Amino acid sequence: MIADGVEDEEKWLAAGIAGLQQNAFYMHRALDSNNLRDALKYSAQMLSELRTSRLSPHKYYELYMRAFDELRKLEMFFKEETRRGCSIVDLYELVQHAGNILPRLYLLCTVGSVYIKSKEAPAKDVLKDLVEMCRGIQHPVRGLFLRSYLAQVSRDKLPDIGSEYEGDADTVVDAVEFVLQNFTEMNKLWVRMQHQGPAREKEKREKERSELRDLVGKNLHVLSQIEGIDLDMYKETVLPRVLEQVVNCKDEIAQYYLMDCIIQVFPDEYHLQTLDVLLGAFPQLQPTVDIKTVLSRLMERLSNYAASSADVLPEFLQVEAFSKLNNAIGKVIEAQPDMPILGVITLYSSLLTFTLHVHPDRLDYADQVLGACVKKLSGKEKLEDKKATKQIVALLSAPLDKYNDIVTALKLSNYPRVMEYLDSETNKVMATVIIQSIMKNKTRISTADRVEALFELIKGLIKDLDDAFHDEVDEDDFKEEQNSVARLIQLLHSDDPEEMFKIICTVRKHILGGGPKRLPFTVPPLVFSSLKLVRQLQGQEENPFGEEESTTPKKIFQVLNQTVETLSNIPAPELALQLFLQCAEAANDCDLEPVAYEFFTQAYILYEEDISDSRAQVTAIHLIIGTLQRMHVFGVENRDTLTHKATGYSAKLLKKPDQCRAVYACSHLFWVDDQDNVKDGERVLLCLKRALRIANAAQQMSNAARGSAGSVTLFVEILNKYLYFFEKGNPQITVAAIQSLIELITTEMHSDSSTPDPAADAFFASTLRYMEFQKQKGGAIGEKYEPIKV
Amino acid sequence: MNYLVGAFKPPCNIFISFTDGRSRKQVPLKKENGKTVMVALFQSQENIVGEVVIEPIHGKKVEHNGVKIELLGQIELYFDRGNFYDFTSLVRELDVPGELYERKTYPFEFSTVEMPYESYNGVNVRLRYILKVTISRNYVSNIVEYQDFVVRNYTPPPSINNSIKMEVGIEDCLHIEFEYSKSKYHLKDVVIGKIYFLLVRIKLKNMELEIRRQESTGSGPNTYVETETLAKFELMDGAPVRGESIPIRLFLSPYELTPTYRNINNKFSVKYYLNLVLVDEEDRRYFKQQEITMYRNLEAS
Repeated sequence: MIADGVEDEEKWLAAGIAGLQQNAFYMHRALDSNNLRDALKYSAQMLSELRTSRLSPHKYYELYMRAFDELRKLEMFFKEETRRGCSIVDLYELVQHAGNILPRLYLLCTVGSVYIKSKEAPAKDVLKDLVEMCRGIQHPVRGLFLRSYLAQVSRDKLPDIGSEYEGDADTVVDAVEFVLQNFTEMNKLWVRMQHQGPAREKEKREKERSELRDLVGKNLHVLSQIEGIDLDMYKETVLPRVLEQVVNCKDEIAQYYLMDCIIQVFPDEYHLQTLDVLLGAFPQLQPTVDIKTVLSRLMERLSNYAASSADVLPEFLQVEAFSKLNNAIGKVIEAQPDMPILGVITLYSSLLTFTLHVHPDRLDYADQVLGACVKKLSGKEKLEDKKATKQIVALLSAPLDKYNDIVTALKLSNYPRVMEYLDSETNKVMATVIIQSIMKNKTRISTADRVEALFELIKGLIKDLDDAFHDEVDEDDFKEEQNSVARLIQLLHSDDPEEMFKIICTVRKHILGGGPKRLPFTVPPLVFSSLKLVRQLQGQEENPFGEEESTTPKKIFQVLNQTVETLSNIPAPELALQLFLQCAEAANDCDLEPVAYEFFTQAYILYEEDISDSRAQVTAIHLIIGTLQRMHVFGVENRDTLTHKATGYSAKLLKKPDQCRAVYACSHLFWVDDQDNVKDGERVLLCLKRALRIANAAQQMSNAARGSAGSVTLFVEILNKYLYFFEKGNPQITVAAIQSLIELITTEMHSDSSTPDPAADAFFASTLRYMEFQKQKGGAIGEKYEPIKV
Repeated sequence: MNYLVGAFKPPCNIFISFTDGRSRKQVPLKKENGKTVMVALFQSQENIVGEVVIEPIHGKKVEHNGVKIELLGQIELYFDRGNFYDFTSLVRELDVPGELYERKTYPFEFSTVEMPYESYNGVNVRLRYILKVTISRNYVSNIVEYQDFVVRNYTPPPSINNSIKMEVGIEDCLHIEFEYSKSKYHLKDVVIGKIYFLLVRIKLKNMELEIRRQESTGSGPNTYVETETLAKFELMDGAPVRGESIPIRLFLSPYELTPTYRNINNKFSVKYYLNLVLVDEEDRRYFKQQEITMYRNLEAS
């Protein structure tokens, strides 16, 4: 059926074109032979093809365009005819003898155009007559095309200011009157299309109507081109008349399109000066009109206008553009109770953009907009609508983009309240946007209040907002998010220690609720940022007044202790252990022995209770040893306890090589270069001997298990330790001991059961080479090495 | 009769001409045989002056009982064919009985002839004016020659010329108000007007204005009425809505109209009507007919 319809339409169009061409041919012949009577007869017949009702607007347009071309030739002919002495008045009458109205009116418009040019009658009279006579066509499509033809032939003949058709009797008022009338009539026809024909073809009709809309809009375009329309005239006549028509037509499509047209075709400054009138029309539109888009475009235009030059800004202030727009939006929302929330948000979003452009200094305006938005959102559930949430993100991003500074946004009290209406997913997106903005602009947020506000904003990232189970969250995305939070924490800084401490406490408060998945990301930066503060304080003199309130490293460490502890509960023992050790080291630098001891204790407890993976144990023990070695606050007793424990842990590692390495590392705990009280050569040797024993045992175990001796690497490593302490002047390390160790290694390497290990060989060789080198260096070291035979 | 005359070859030719024939306005006149000839135009009270030339064919002698010229105003009703009602009949004797040997010219004059009716060529009726020259003869039939001429009478513009304004409708269906600026039009006039749609509940397709001529002939039970539509002029295309007003501008000049004739010699009348026709999508026609008076205006003709 439908396919047939299309085919039929093609056929009708072809028939129409054929008929048109045939009559055009006869018309040309008549034109060539200057036969006016025949020319009129055939042109009328030709135009009769336009009387068809069978074509869709699209196809009808094709036919119309052909007729239009032919009419241009006819117009030329009429012009020549008047030059030949035929009275234009007679001609104007003659064409009206045609019996059919449509051809008659096309001809009338064509002659009318020549009539105006001849200036034998005032342009306004001819125009008025034409626009009045065209009322005879009440068929929407035919009427629209006819009037569009009228608009086309008359547009260069309007009595505009400066036009040759302007005269005493013809003023721009007449030109405006003419265009307005034609516009009004066309719009009426256009709207009427909607109500004609069966209801089931509504969609098709709407499509056809939208194809025709530019015919109507062209009138507004013509209006905008009339030079003589100054602001006063626009304000007094043009705009009220156009709006009257728009409002009264009560048609959704027309109202939407025409409002948009008005906004697009007339200059910005006119809009600004007539905001009252223009905005007053919006609440009167049909409730289904997509006002948000139109109004958004208006605000967009005005924003751009404001941005175009600083000179125009006073105008905005003068007309109180913001409050007018704000009011209008309120009214529109009130008038359209069914407007989807998306529309509301879009409107506010545009208004916000507008106020940010026009009144960047008026934060209260921005806050007002957000407040209104909150008011509208309140009483509603969290937004489900994807588009709406997207709009909110846009809304909230606008101030960030504009000010490049979250600090400003933080001053907007309604900002977080808007965020609350986002679903958790979007909330996260928004939070990320905020963080990115901060990082991009390297914004410094340096008071606890702001930090508080900021964390309130980004709480979507800080904790799970609802109970819903989000297992679909992508692991990588999550990491990405949390990393950005971590980076954010690092950025928070105040030079004032008091304030900084407050910031830390605030951050801590927020992140502690983050749950096991987040804490490993958020705690470390907080810890380091606290330690930074500790070091800063450490550089200063002790508070001379000794006030209770002031921030001391001790206080910070207390907080730190609790903070890190949370990690061990999650559990993330390795991380907690590392952080404890970091803290211990910092406490060490502050000469706070008990604190440092406490941190170590915590670390040890963790090691004992929570770190069971042998590989993790190895890493942990090395960390412990390394840190402990650097500690200098401990008294002998504390130190003994800790070193003893550490040595004990080392010997209890699972794998022999690990044991061996941990044990020889422990040797450093007894010999610290810059601490004279820690130079216990005997215990160093003990450790090393023990390490050797373990290495030996490892060798044997390997022999037993795999039938071949393991590598000699461990021995070489121990040899290196020997050499280190030997050089450091540990009296317990003798030349004999070194000598025997070298021999041991050499023997091992050449034994049958040994497996060749090039890396170990190279290691050993270079160790030997080092010794040789030391010997040759001479001096004290050279002498020391001299007795060793390699 | 003419046929017979032709067959026997009349012994002479007769020419009738008007003195001011060259300067007088000529108008087309449709003859019975369908041919259109140009004839002289007169109006009432004019002097009709001219001459008759009789020319015997190469020396033939024409014997006669006298020559006369008659001015006849005749009404011919087609259903009563052959019967002419002469409402005007004037005679001038041109010659006493005698013989004609050679070409002879007779001047004639009818002074201030009363010709109250206009020439008219209708469907069922014809009103014509002729000059008839008769050469009476004994024993053989008379020799007769005719010359048509046309009479048109001009009337001054009417002193009272009201507009026609009317509200018509079908209850709850269609309600319109129309207005024609005048009720009396001269032949080259323009009908100006407007149609207001007060209520439209039917789907209209178009609207046209017709000019209708009603010719009634005879009287009493033998009255014949013939109506012709002389013009169909489309006023509107498409369906209007309530509140629309559609302009009317109809030039009458392209149509062959005559003045309104009322009861011409009790034989016939010709009346004109404007008929407003609205056609709906099912091609039903709704119409309202209004009589208008046509008159002939000297300035406009």
